Amino acid sequence: MIESLQSEVKQICKSCGNDRTKMMDIVRGVQEKFGQVSSEAMNLIAKSVNCHRVEVESVVSFYAFLSKKPKGKIVIRLCNDVIDKMAGLAPVADAFKKELGIDFGQTTPDGKITLEYTPCIGMCDQAPAALVNDEIITYLSSDKVRELVADLRKHYNPDKIIHRLGDGNNASELVHSCVHNGIRKKGRVIFSEYKEEAGLKNALAVSPVEVINEVKNARLRGRGGAGFPTGMKWQFTRAAEGTKKYILCNADEGEPGTFKDRVILTERADMLFEGMTIGGYAIGAETGILYLRAEYAYLRKLLEKVLKERRDKNLLGNNILGKKGFNFDITIQMGAGAYICGEETSLISSCEGLRGDPKTRPPFPAQKGYMGNPSAVNNVETLCCVARILEMGAGWFAEIGSKGSPSTKLLSVSGDCRLPGVYEFPFGIKVSDLLKEVGAEDAQAVLIGGPSGQIIGPNDYKRTICYDDLATGGAVVVFGPERDMVKIAAEYMDFFVEESCGYCTPCRVGNVLLKKYLDKILDGKGEPTDLDFLKSLGESIKITSRCGLGQTSPNPVLTTLKNFRSSYESKVKPATDGFQPTFDIKKALAEHESIAKRKSVIYTE
Amino acid sequence: MSDQITFTIDGVEVKAKPGQTIMQAADEAGIYIPRLCYLPELTAHGSCRVCTVIVNGKPQTACTQPVAEGMIVENDTPELLEHRRNLVDMLFVEGNHLCMFCERSGNCELQAMAYRLGILAPKYPYFYPDKPLDSTHKDIFLELNRCILCGRCVNASADIDGKGVFGFVGRSIDKKIAVNSDKNLGDTNMAVTDKAASVCPVGSINKKGTAFKIPYGQRLYDQKPIGSDIENKK
Repeated sequence: MIESLQSEVKQICKSCGNDRTKMMDIVRGVQEKFGQVSSEAMNLIAKSVNCHRVEVESVVSFYAFLSKKPKGKIVIRLCNDVIDKMAGLAPVADAFKKELGIDFGQTTPDGKITLEYTPCIGMCDQAPAALVNDEIITYLSSDKVRELVADLRKHYNPDKIIHRLGDGNNASELVHSCVHNGIRKKGRVIFSEYKEEAGLKNALAVSPVEVINEVKNARLRGRGGAGFPTGMKWQFTRAAEGTKKYILCNADEGEPGTFKDRVILTERADMLFEGMTIGGYAIGAETGILYLRAEYAYLRKLLEKVLKERRDKNLLGNNILGKKGFNFDITIQMGAGAYICGEETSLISSCEGLRGDPKTRPPFPAQKGYMGNPSAVNNVETLCCVARILEMGAGWFAEIGSKGSPSTKLLSVSGDCRLPGVYEFPFGIKVSDLLKEVGAEDAQAVLIGGPSGQIIGPNDYKRTICYDDLATGGAVVVFGPERDMVKIAAEYMDFFVEESCGYCTPCRVGNVLLKKYLDKILDGKGEPTDLDFLKSLGESIKITSRCGLGQTSPNPVLTTLKNFRSSYESKVKPATDGFQPTFDIKKALAEHESIAKRKSVIYTE
Repeated sequence: MSDQITFTIDGVEVKAKPGQTIMQAADEAGIYIPRLCYLPELTAHGSCRVCTVIVNGKPQTACTQPVAEGMIVENDTPELLEHRRNLVDMLFVEGNHLCMFCERSGNCELQAMAYRLGILAPKYPYFYPDKPLDSTHKDIFLELNRCILCGRCVNASADIDGKGVFGFVGRSIDKKIAVNSDKNLGDTNMAVTDKAASVCPVGSINKKGTAFKIPYGQRLYDQKPIGSDIENKK
């Protein structure tokens, strides 16, 4: 076994060119082969790629899909997002425990199946859902779990799981998945009919600067959430000093409640790669990297096939479409389970084979990004917009939508609504109109932009979805009248506690504290002063955190405190006995009483 | 580009050289910006966030933000004092800091910062984590109960000692310092003369046999508050 480990690890490192910057591929390879990256394997990897062992451990210990301890050949990762809980996660979880005879975090005694929880896997409109290795199983129920486990026990091969097939490319041979697209509304930009490669041809007919100007004239802003003007980002990257430049596509869609990029990757991969190629031309890059979240590994073969077809058609490669000197190709970098890698500098760190820690800014990626080279990081939907802008013109694009926010936006709608799925709406749609469309007129609350966005109540339903009012990367989660919004906020804090990279103090520690105080309130031990305390702590985390994660992670608490204050107020009461409510004096005295062999005169009844 | 940049910190005009950070310029001008992870001779880590200042209305860490002509920096404000207290409180409760028994007391930057900011006791609940003590090295002991994850030892060992003895493992609240060995510090090539052995701001990396050479009461921060050396330059 040791010998086989040695030769296999060496082989995996060699296949990655013994390149330290390919650490993600190396450790993913070792994990897949051995179900763990053991201490011994870490030593071997360090030796092969000539780095310190602790550097390997720092990467392995960072990503949720990698582990030092052995895992089963099959890893079942049940999604425990808020939406899955609302959709009946508890009986499904119990069924898994019962059928496998183990708890979450454990492996069956035969070492074959590991059971875990995982945060949002981008299947909120078909929850509860789980990953079985790379395979996705949706609409889980206790009965379905029983069948699934029985089926798995026959062959221990996720590829052989019997399931129905989803629509569109989900049913194709390379994807072969039960996931369905759930496209409820096609808009004019992403899901309408379009002329393939017309945008790329138009781009190559003009100069890169003119391409950038077209994108600027279209006033395209980033679709991932932050809304930075794409043309300006490209202009900076193009202008930055450096011979090698990179365009990176952020397909690490991890914001709970967001699943629109999954549908683009399934149905519009060509449009995405076309946009990325245009971006490469505009900024002067020869290499594009698609950073694909590990949860979407089931789409990898399809994406590789599309890339290959594009190479065959000279849409990638050298002198693309006869344009002399324009050489460009795209590779796929797999993630390994870390929400933070959706933050652009963390994504770059991960591509470089490091922990997904955000980088110090400045310098910004446009100056020093991937491997120190000028880089543009763009969202999946943004790059699709680019292809359409170059096809139809900036004027056409800017006319759609609202004044400050041109064009359409894909919204992933889930939660307490009759018609969850992906909707393409022009920017500027009122929340109330959206709720009507998705069948959620009785919504108590709506989360716009995922937990790092805002949770609003009916008073805000007249507001509009656009960059100037309610900005969103795409997530819209509806909460019906019966939901406890304090509990929802606490569950979202669980997510941020887990997904903080731990680099900076406020995000690492502060989020844990927010969660502790929410738990205290939910436990009936909260005092009115705790509410001010939550607000002050939340503000400190927002102001002092190092990256977007911590700068927005208190939002579930702060926005519910603002919009659902009565829900908090009904749960807190002033302490009457002068003690902190969380302190149980009788419990604290119990051990002393047992030693003294007598009861306390004052505090024991 | 001009060879001198002028900007203000709390309304006081400060001259700086291009390429300097706010922290470097402030230090030279004798203005103290509270900080914990920053050490002039190491790459700025920017993790403790204590040196957060408001630059033209936006929060930035002074240790990483370059100066720019005319920038307006706020440092000594009631709001920032509150945020800094909250950050130092967080560092106290996430570890096990027993100042009254700690051999570093009086020489500890975390303790000194708490005193400077007027913290008498943390207002947050303690986490009481279970962290190990590594005393396997013949000259040094590693006490992770007191670690504030400032990264000084990581950077010093990699960039100055050229060894890479330390690294970060884990994430979120479980992030911690690890050594470059599958066993303990004693199994690494760490030497007591390494820069990494003398950069720890708290009592996490300690040289054996040196703890009480200077008695309590006569130590660095027993005499004057942390930051006095910088303020005395003025």
